[in-house]
Amino acid sequence: MSEAATLPRARSGASGEAMAAALLCLPAMLAYLLLLLLPTAAAVLLAFTDYELGAPSLRWIGLENFQELTEDRGFLVSLRNTIIYVGIVAPASIVGALALALMIEAATRGKALFRAVFFLPVVSLPVAMATAWQYLLHPTIGPLNAFLAQMGIAGPAWLTSSDTVLLSLAFIGIWEAIGFNLVLFLAGLTAIPRELHQAAEVDGVKSAWERFRLVTWPLLGPTTLFVVTITMIRSVRVFDSVAVLTQGGPNRASEVLLYTMYTEGFTFFRLGYSAAITLVFLVIVLALMLLQTRVLDKRVHYG
Amino acid sequence: MTGIVINGVHKRFGNFEALRGVSLNVAAGEFLALVGPSGCGKTTLMRVVAGIERHDTGDITIGGRSVGGLRAADRDIAMVFQSYALYPHLTVAQNIAVPLTMRRLSTAQRLPLLGRFWPGSGAARNAIVRDAKQAAESLGLGSMLDRRPAQLSGGQRQRVALARAIVRSPKAFLMDEPLSNLDAALRVQTRREIVDIHRRVGATTLYVTHDQSEALTMADRVAVMLAGEILQVDTPARIYTDPADLRVATFIGSPRINTLAAEVTPGGMVLVAGEAVGLHAPGATGAATLALRPEDVRPEPRGPLEVVAEYIEFLGESTLLHSRHPRLGTAITLRLPPGDAAPEGPFRVGFAPRRALLFDGNGKRQPMHVTEAAHV
Amino acid sequence: MAEPRANPRVNPWPGLLRLGFLLLLGLLFLMPYIWMISASLKPLDEIFRASLNLLPETGGTLRNYARVFEKVPVLQYLWNGVVVCAGILFFQLLFAVPAGYALAKLHFPGRDWLFGAVMLGLLVPYHVPALPLYVGFSWLGWLNTYAALITPSVISVFAIFLFRQFFKSLPDELIHAARIDGMNELSIVWRVILPNALPAATAFAIFSVVAHWNDLFWPLIVVTGAERATPALGVLTFRSDEAGDDFGALMAASVIMTTPLVLAFLLAQRRFVEGIATTGLKG
Repeated sequence: MSEAATLPRARSGASGEAMAAALLCLPAMLAYLLLLLLPTAAAVLLAFTDYELGAPSLRWIGLENFQELTEDRGFLVSLRNTIIYVGIVAPASIVGALALALMIEAATRGKALFRAVFFLPVVSLPVAMATAWQYLLHPTIGPLNAFLAQMGIAGPAWLTSSDTVLLSLAFIGIWEAIGFNLVLFLAGLTAIPRELHQAAEVDGVKSAWERFRLVTWPLLGPTTLFVVTITMIRSVRVFDSVAVLTQGGPNRASEVLLYTMYTEGFTFFRLGYSAAITLVFLVIVLALMLLQTRVLDKRVHYG
Repeated sequence: MTGIVINGVHKRFGNFEALRGVSLNVAAGEFLALVGPSGCGKTTLMRVVAGIERHDTGDITIGGRSVGGLRAADRDIAMVFQSYALYPHLTVAQNIAVPLTMRRLSTAQRLPLLGRFWPGSGAARNAIVRDAKQAAESLGLGSMLDRRPAQLSGGQRQRVALARAIVRSPKAFLMDEPLSNLDAALRVQTRREIVDIHRRVGATTLYVTHDQSEALTMADRVAVMLAGEILQVDTPARIYTDPADLRVATFIGSPRINTLAAEVTPGGMVLVAGEAVGLHAPGATGAATLALRPEDVRPEPRGPLEVVAEYIEFLGESTLLHSRHPRLGTAITLRLPPGDAAPEGPFRVGFAPRRALLFDGNGKRQPMHVTEAAHV
Repeated sequence: MAEPRANPRVNPWPGLLRLGFLLLLGLLFLMPYIWMISASLKPLDEIFRASLNLLPETGGTLRNYARVFEKVPVLQYLWNGVVVCAGILFFQLLFAVPAGYALAKLHFPGRDWLFGAVMLGLLVPYHVPALPLYVGFSWLGWLNTYAALITPSVISVFAIFLFRQFFKSLPDELIHAARIDGMNELSIVWRVILPNALPAATAFAIFSVVAHWNDLFWPLIVVTGAERATPALGVLTFRSDEAGDDFGALMAASVIMTTPLVLAFLLAQRRFVEGIATTGLKG
């Protein structure tokens, strides 16, 4: 190895560098330990206990909490609702954001304006906007039903009827999520080299659909993968709209995983049980991420 | 069959006029190099001919057909981009086949999964695979058909781009600085390959480059472009020895041609720094520029110009002697044959009078003849 | 740009249709905002009449806002939001920037393990450690304090990851030159790294502030009462107190609490969007 290839090391050699590194990482690592690692481990352990807030002691009960979960109708409904919610919100907000991104990208003017309009929900206080939606969707005084009434249609009680509540929440979820995905897709679209589109044109690609298939979709691969992952995880974490608007009702029709975890823990103070729900939630999130990286990642990165 | 005819094309971007009434004829089967410094408009012109950029006024004819109203996909041209623009998710074979699948298969036959089963699709696809393979092999890519662009070297990617261009036998080839991303040695080698392909295929080729030596070595004719205008179109030899404009003379040739401030007396005598240099220019008067190629300037004890040697560059096959005219302050470079000693300090130089070039105050070339008092 | 504009005889219809569609959709998208503001300016009886008029009939009223300011400690909530977000961001940067640099540019035993731990941390949503943290804070008597609101978020593995990626792309020569000039590691961080970290820090700051200003889950757990409530919690509390009767005031409160970030976004749009895009694409 030539002289030129040896890089200057830190003062007093490698040990000095390690010392410095240790110092630099120490605060973060301490915080990581105390605020992330230990509490997560504690949560995992709690799931196997019967701890209740204020109780003097706790008992190890093994898998009893999980057993109870499989029989708890409320939990099963919550799980089912969450899956339905994700099943509606994720595809709709991904496809919708892609469609919007393609349209905005092709537009000759007003791109920044449209981007801002659709992105607004991302920076808006979800609690406040949920309240605004409550007004919009109000069965008697809400503008939506008033508008429908003018056309002779009797609008349902969107948020208070168990038939429509999950759908309405999903719609709000799509509204909240689309802007974020839109920005990511727009960034991905602008990263596609212009010359590739031009080469496709010269090669004889005439229709927008063919160009999408040949150039846009393949090169959006990494972006799409990221958007899908992020969207699914974000939609699994639905909480704010439920907490504000329906509190899981009517009759658990809008009960979702995180809300159940919250009520079990802080309304009923069954922290052990709530921790078990948290564990289920964690497993779902991990499974989603694993699925994405394993299955899709390989097909998507071209180097 | 005609080649490419460009007539009076204008193009502006906002306030900037990129093309100012450009007219150019590329004969059928000709290899024409369009050369000029960055920003002169050559790439814009190429894009306009290709149809990926729209021109404001003027007409363009390719293969006898006016293409002004046609989109790029309908102009029957092929283009090699500077960045190669290969589809990263397709193999080499699939990349090369794209122009064929786009044109030979109908929309139905191209559908994602069902297309394969459409009537006629099988035979057409087989023919496409065969033709793509042939094009690939003609460029030495036969062993890489299943690789993706990311797994190829720069030179290999360039060949894939070339193969994709020739596979369809279009009416014209457009090449936009295809060699500028390659390293020097590869560039020289690939130049030959491109010229060979042109000989074999015989298609009309418009080749854009900023490298004047590339243009001179490869082209049948060279068009020099500057600031949105074509200054001169001629064979490489005439562009070099017979430039019509001072700007052409200074752009073409390396090292740069020597330019000396000169003056033409009312009688037509050419003076440099007040001294006659043995040349007569009947058509010009007043301020002018005398231009001399470095290889035409020699140390000459009784030559018309005085210089002071500054430093030399040893190139092996020749030596560049950089000197300066003491009174004018202008740099003068001499290219000396190998083995010749380079003088030091002040000395006098002469030049081959018939090779000297004179440009008037507007940069336009003026004819000269040698006066009786010529020496050398 | 997507399409090469090749055809001189361009058909304007697709473009116009697209524009029209985008405008219509955009308008529909803004409906919650439009109606929220509209209701906040209407007197209660008009709201309950369920009219489709956007503009308040009698020139509007600011009474709703007045009532909000009377009943709700608006400024307290906003202030809490500022303190919490600023505090969180400060500590996040304080911990993550040096750690990100160390992971990116320094060589030391266990570095890859550490980075692995960071990546693992990215997988765990913050709701998981929430319960034990609550128990811990309760035991420490820290409930209803700024400390409780700020502390759990000071460790942002996402920030560490982001800065590590960012610093990795900084040329090594910068640091080697500093070492040759005689700087010790800490001065390198202070004088060379920090100034260069600004773009990544801005992008992350936007991401962090948006996330924590809008967060409901954690404040809901650790805070009761108005004194330490963040804007999100404030709206929720107001809503449950009012039991949905005073819609006008509720809308006004929503407008007030949403405005700061929306305004910041509208003023610095590019920054926001670039921030989300870069943190997103790197992540």
